[in-house]
Amino acid sequence: MLQLILEQSLNGLQFGLMLFLLAAGLTLVFGIMDCINLAHGSLYMVGAYLVAAAAQAADSFWIGLGAGVAGAAVLGLLLELSLFRQLYRRDHLSQVLATFALILIANESVRMIWGAQPVMLNPPEALSGPVEIGGFFYPAYRLVIIAFGLAVAGMLYLLVAKSRIGMWVRAGASNREMTEALGINVQRLFTAVFVFGAALCALAGGLLGPLLAVQVGMGESVLILAFVVIIIGGIGSIRGALVGSLIVGTVDTLGRALLPTLLRALLPADAASTLGPALASILIYLLMAGILFFKPQGLFPARA
Amino acid sequence: MTEPLLDVRQLSRRFAAVDALKDVNFSVEAGEVHALIGPNGAGKTTFIHHVSGALQPDSGSVHFAGREVTRLAMHQRVAAGMARSYQITNVFLGLSALDNVALAVQGRQDAGSSFRFWQAARTEKRLFEEARSFLEQVGLAKRVETVAGNLAHGEQRALELAMALATQPQLLLLDEPMAGTGPEESARMVELIEHLARHVTILLVEHDMAAVFRLADRISVLVNGRLIATGTPESVRADPEVRRAYLGDHL
Amino acid sequence: MAFYRPAPYQKPLAIVLLLAALALPSVLSAFGQEFYVGFATRVLIFALAASSLNLVLGFGGMFSLGHAAFFGAGAYVAAICMQAGISDALLAFPLAMLAAGLLALLVGALSLRTRGVYFIMITLAFAQMAYYLFVSARAWGGDDGLPLVGRMTLGGLSLSNDNALFFTALSALTAAIVFLGRLADARFGRTIQAIRENETRMEALGYPVFRYRLACFALGGALAGLAGALLANLTGLASPNLLQWMQSGTLLVMVIIGGVGYLYGGVVGAVVLLCLEEVLSGFTLHWHIGLGVLLLGIVLFAPKGVAALFGKRDD
Repeated sequence: MLQLILEQSLNGLQFGLMLFLLAAGLTLVFGIMDCINLAHGSLYMVGAYLVAAAAQAADSFWIGLGAGVAGAAVLGLLLELSLFRQLYRRDHLSQVLATFALILIANESVRMIWGAQPVMLNPPEALSGPVEIGGFFYPAYRLVIIAFGLAVAGMLYLLVAKSRIGMWVRAGASNREMTEALGINVQRLFTAVFVFGAALCALAGGLLGPLLAVQVGMGESVLILAFVVIIIGGIGSIRGALVGSLIVGTVDTLGRALLPTLLRALLPADAASTLGPALASILIYLLMAGILFFKPQGLFPARA
Repeated sequence: MTEPLLDVRQLSRRFAAVDALKDVNFSVEAGEVHALIGPNGAGKTTFIHHVSGALQPDSGSVHFAGREVTRLAMHQRVAAGMARSYQITNVFLGLSALDNVALAVQGRQDAGSSFRFWQAARTEKRLFEEARSFLEQVGLAKRVETVAGNLAHGEQRALELAMALATQPQLLLLDEPMAGTGPEESARMVELIEHLARHVTILLVEHDMAAVFRLADRISVLVNGRLIATGTPESVRADPEVRRAYLGDHL
Repeated sequence: MAFYRPAPYQKPLAIVLLLAALALPSVLSAFGQEFYVGFATRVLIFALAASSLNLVLGFGGMFSLGHAAFFGAGAYVAAICMQAGISDALLAFPLAMLAAGLLALLVGALSLRTRGVYFIMITLAFAQMAYYLFVSARAWGGDDGLPLVGRMTLGGLSLSNDNALFFTALSALTAAIVFLGRLADARFGRTIQAIRENETRMEALGYPVFRYRLACFALGGALAGLAGALLANLTGLASPNLLQWMQSGTLLVMVIIGGVGYLYGGVVGAVVLLCLEEVLSGFTLHWHIGLGVLLLGIVLFAPKGVAALFGKRDD
C-alpha cells in the first residue's frame, strides 16, 4: 500500500510538473497580455508531433526533443507576429473565436499530415528501464521527467524572480499600462513571453509523448487542466502556476488511484464502483470550487 | 438628543501599508448639509465608498437610520435610503437622460420588481413621468431626450444628481458634484443643492470652498485619513489646526 | 451602449422566414429531398441553443464557456425520462427545462461571484465537471451515452414522424424568440442590459445585481435544456460529448458569427455554421480547416458578426 502511494505520488509530481510547463506559459499570456488562448493545448499537441517526427527522422529522442521544441518556438513566433498581435487589443470574445478557429485548423492539419492514428514516440533506450528507489522500482524515464520539470521550474524562478526580464514580466502581469509607461518595449516582451510559452508546451508534449499517446485532440483535455491550475494559482503568477500544478497533479493522480479503493472500504460495493471513478474525475473541480470560494482571485494573484 | 441619521464610528481601513482611513468618527444629523473637505488624497472618496458600501472597513462600523449597515451590500443600503452621486460621471452614456433616470426610478423598492418579462418598459407611463419630474428638478427639462453622452459636462453632473434623487433617498452622498464645472454651471448646482437640502439630508464632499461655506450647516475636515475637525463653518474656519493642515491662504 | 432596438424590417423579414420554414418540409418532399428535414430540424435545435446562450452572453454580458452543460443535461433528462417510461414530451420537455435551469442556477450561484477571465474559466470547469459526472454514470450509458428507445409523443402526436419533430422544434424556437424579444424590451431586459454596461452604477441605484444575473443565467440554461431534449429526440441519443467544452465553443462561435446581443444572433449563427459545415464537408474531409480559416477571417475583418445588419446595438 505504501508503495502504491509512493509510486502514485511520484506520478502526481511528474504530471504536476508537466502541467506546470503548460500553465506557466498560459498564465503569463493571460496575465500580461490579457489574452485568452484556447489554442495553447494545440501548441502542446503540435509540439509533441514535431518532437515525434524529428525523433523518428533523427532516430534519437533527445535530438527529436530539441528539434521539436525549436520548431514549436518558431511556430509560436509566426503565430504571435501574424495573429496574436492583433488579438491583444481585441475583446475576449474575439480571442475565443480566433483561438477556437486555431484549434480546428491545428487538429485537422495534424490529422492531414500524420493521420488519425496515434504516432509512436519512444523514450530513449537508456531510460526505458526501471530504477530502484529505497526498495521499490520506478521507471527511469519518469524520474528524468521530474528532473526536467524541477530544472525548468528552478530556471523560471531564477528568471522571473531574479532577472531584469523577469522583473518586467512581473511588472507587466500586475500593471500593463504602467510598464508601458516606463518605456519597456512591451511588444517584444509579449512576443518573447508567447514564444517561450510555446516552447514550454512543446517540451511538455515531447516529454509526455512516450507516456501518453501522441494523437489528435490530445491538447484539449490537458488544456482544461491548465485552466484549473491557473484559476487555483492565480492569473499571472508563476508561483501560483507551480503550486497550482503540483496540487492539481498530485490530487488528480492520487485521487484516481486511491479514491476507488478508499470508497470501497467505506461504502457498499456497487455504490463505491459508481461513485469512485466519478468522484475521482471531478475531484480537482471540487477542489477548484472550494479554493475559489475562499480566495476568488486564486492563491497567489499577481494583480493587486 | 435624537440619533444622527448617519453615524460612522472608529472607521479604519488600510491599503497595503497605508492608513487610508484611521479611527474616523463622523455623523450626519437628519436635515443638515454636512460638508467633508480635505486636501487631495485625504481619503474623502474612500470614505464615501465605505459609507455607500462599495468598500468594507477593516474595523469600525457604519450606522444608518438606527441600524448597523456595515456588512450590508451597496444595493441594500440604497434600499434603506442612501444614494450617491459619483465624482467621475458614471451615467449610461448611450442612453437618453430620460432612460437614465427611468432606470433609477425603476430600481426603487416602491416601483415594483424588475423581474417582469413581457410588458415593454417604455409603455409604463408612470415611470417616465416621474423620471421627467426629476429631470425638471435639476433643470434638464429641455434635455430629456438627449443621449447622455451628448450632454455638456455640467448637464451630465446634473443628470448624476437626478439619478441619485430618483431613488428618493433620506441621505444623499454627493461626491464633488461641481467637479470640472465652470462658474455658471457651478452656481446653478449650488442653487440646486440649496433647494434639495430642504427635503433631504446631504453629505457633501467638495473642493469648491465658496460653495461649501455657503451650503454647509457643519463642516468636517479629513487630512491623511484622519478627521481633524468638525463644527460650524465659522469654527472650522477659525481652527488653527485646520488652517495649518489645509486651508492656508484659501481664506 | 443603447438598449437593443430591432431594425424596422426585422419583424416582416422574420415573418417571411417563418412562413418559408413552415413550407419547407412540403417543398423538400416535392423535390424528393426529405432527408434534409432532419438537417433542418438540427439547425432549428442549434438555433434555439445558440439563442439561449445569446441571452446569457449578448444581453446579460456573461461570457459563459460552459453553456453546453445545460444543453447536454436537457438531452440526458429527456433520455432518462424515456428510460423511466415517461414518453410524453409535454411532460418530459418541461422536466428537461427545469433540470437544466436548476443546474444553471447552481453553477451560476457559484460562478457569478467571479469576474472576467475567472468567470470564463470557472464556467468551463463546471461544464467539464458535469461532463465527467455523466461519463462515469454507468446507469446512464457512461461513455457511450444514453440512447432513446424511439421518439417521444407530443400529447397525442408521435414525434417519430420527421415532419412532426421539425414543426415541434420550429414552434419551440419561435416561442423562444418571441419570448426573448419581449424580454429585451421589458423591465428585466433593460435591467440586465444596464447591468452589462455598468454593474456598479446599477448597484448604486439599488438593484440586487447578482440576483438579476443569476436569473438570466438560469433562464438561458433552461432554454438550452429544451434544445437538448429536442436534440435527444432527433438523434436518438444523449451523448456526454454534448457537454464537452468544444460543444460550448461551437455554440459560442454560432452566437459570435450571428451577432452577439442581436435578437436573431443565435439563429443566424446556427444557420450559417451548420450550412457551412454541410457545404464544406461536401468538398473535402478536412473541411475543418476551411471553417477555421473562415472564422479567423470573420474575427479579423467582420468583428460585429452577420446579424449586425439586422438590429441596432451600439458598442
